[in-house]
Amino acid sequence: MAGNRGIQKWGWVLCFLAPSLAGLLVFVLGPLVYSLRLTFYEWNLLSAPVYVGLDNFVNLYHDADFWLAFRHTLTFIVFYIPAVLILALGTALLLNRPLRGMPFFRAAVFVPVVSSWVVVALMWKWIFNPRYGLLNWLLAQVGITGPAWLFDPDTALYAIIIASVWKDIGFVTVMFLGGLQGISESYYEAARIDGATSLGRLRFITLPLLTPTTFFALIISLINSFQIFEQVWLMPESFASRGTTVVVEQIVNHAFRYNQMGYAATMSWVLFAVIFAITIVQLRLQKRWVHYDL
Amino acid sequence: MNAEMSTIRHTAAPRRQHTLGQLAADGLHYLALILLALVMLIPFAWMLSTSLKPTEYILRATPQFIPDPLTLDSYTGLLDLMPVDRMFFNSTLVAVIGTAGQILVGAMAAYAFARLHWPGRDRVFALYLITMMVPRQVTLIPLFVLIRELGWVNSYQGLILPGLFGAFGVFLLRQSFLTLPRDLEEAAFIDGANHLTIFWRIVLPLSKPALATLAVLSFMEYWNAYLWPLFVARQDAFMTLPVGLAKLQGGPRALTQWNMVMAGAVITVLPILIVYLFAQKWFIRSVTLSGIKG
Repeated sequence: MAGNRGIQKWGWVLCFLAPSLAGLLVFVLGPLVYSLRLTFYEWNLLSAPVYVGLDNFVNLYHDADFWLAFRHTLTFIVFYIPAVLILALGTALLLNRPLRGMPFFRAAVFVPVVSSWVVVALMWKWIFNPRYGLLNWLLAQVGITGPAWLFDPDTALYAIIIASVWKDIGFVTVMFLGGLQGISESYYEAARIDGATSLGRLRFITLPLLTPTTFFALIISLINSFQIFEQVWLMPESFASRGTTVVVEQIVNHAFRYNQMGYAATMSWVLFAVIFAITIVQLRLQKRWVHYDL
Repeated sequence: MNAEMSTIRHTAAPRRQHTLGQLAADGLHYLALILLALVMLIPFAWMLSTSLKPTEYILRATPQFIPDPLTLDSYTGLLDLMPVDRMFFNSTLVAVIGTAGQILVGAMAAYAFARLHWPGRDRVFALYLITMMVPRQVTLIPLFVLIRELGWVNSYQGLILPGLFGAFGVFLLRQSFLTLPRDLEEAAFIDGANHLTIFWRIVLPLSKPALATLAVLSFMEYWNAYLWPLFVARQDAFMTLPVGLAKLQGGPRALTQWNMVMAGAVITVLPILIVYLFAQKWFIRSVTLSGIKG
């Protein structure tokens, strides 16, 4: 009887779990293990894979393009992260008041977030057009001669950063709005009784109590910064792409243009390692500046 | 709502004496909000405007905001250039089947993790959680090799299946299923119901918010996906909208006819924007949650 029920129980577990577990094994875990194995092989998809030990990692270390890609990611982070965090915080503070018409403004901020990156990239490529684009026309109205943006390897990355900040503001704003709504009204009441100015309330109540949200937004934004691809792949003119190439673009190029599967897999694991390390370091540093209470 | 009401009361009361200052502050607030909405929406308006212009009106030193004459030539021209109708069908099919599949497979697995008791359950679930930490670039290459071995390049199963088994959906639905009280199914068992009935008739109907959140997230990911379909959909017959659209700006079909490129962008983004207008709440919730999975 007990054994019968046991079999029946496992039958139900199997029935509910089998499709998901089988899919996870074939399409997630299998490829994960295989990817790690590939880092020790050289393989062009046509002939049999050749075991090369750690050669891929050594080559990667001496690969100037790979380091260039990391430098671009670093530049991207230096400008993108502060911009997107500060602008999103400002936007969240603007949107966090019960004024008439607020649902419209909230909806507007979020529209770029739900749009495909391909659409956003092409839309901004047209806006950044040096001669006929909207942006340089606007700049000309105030007497500034705009740069060649995506046609110039020196400015293309900055155009990409602007488009990325624009697309992601809504995403980070929603995180901050959640954080703002979590701050108890009693703090503000106490401050008002003490006669604190609105700037004082922002400085001594809102900002400290938003640090957990800021921390979360920072980690997510950092992780995403290392994984950017669509905007870098689609926006710059081909001759300017040396000024913008990033790691994921390198992975795609090595895998599908040069047929170097092992080398591309090695890059993806180094990327993973970097992302993992940053998350760990951030979690350690968190204690120094994140307040969960006043 | 309650929190909003109390803010109104508390901010309004002490300031009643200087209503003029309050009015000026509100005016400034609205000015900032309008500026914000313009920055977010003008690129979309410019995309739409460009797509409705005849080719000879595109490359102009002074941009024309309202198209005059207004024409649909760029849309018909695009239809002649590539099978946009087929691409639209592909995108819809992949997004709808992918979403339905992810929900069904995810919900079944979540039921096994949340409502069934079996030895080793938590270990298997930990395995799911670990896969959530891995960036998608790591499995990209082995997945492509697998799809190629299976002969699924240029196929719907190749486009849909690899994205179907992510652990995130299981994680999200498990959280929701765990909150349902035990008594529900105990009463049903006494009435002679089995797990399948409980899953379908009780657990799923009671978890609509979580299901809607996952549906929106999954639909958006499939509809907007670019990197994976870029490798799987090599032929026009299996191309999704983002892949086809991107082809207009790079490769042999590259266009300088921005009205046609923008027409393609409008066709790609309009369906998701319409869905967004009707399901805003779920979009915001799902995008916020998607931050977790990195």
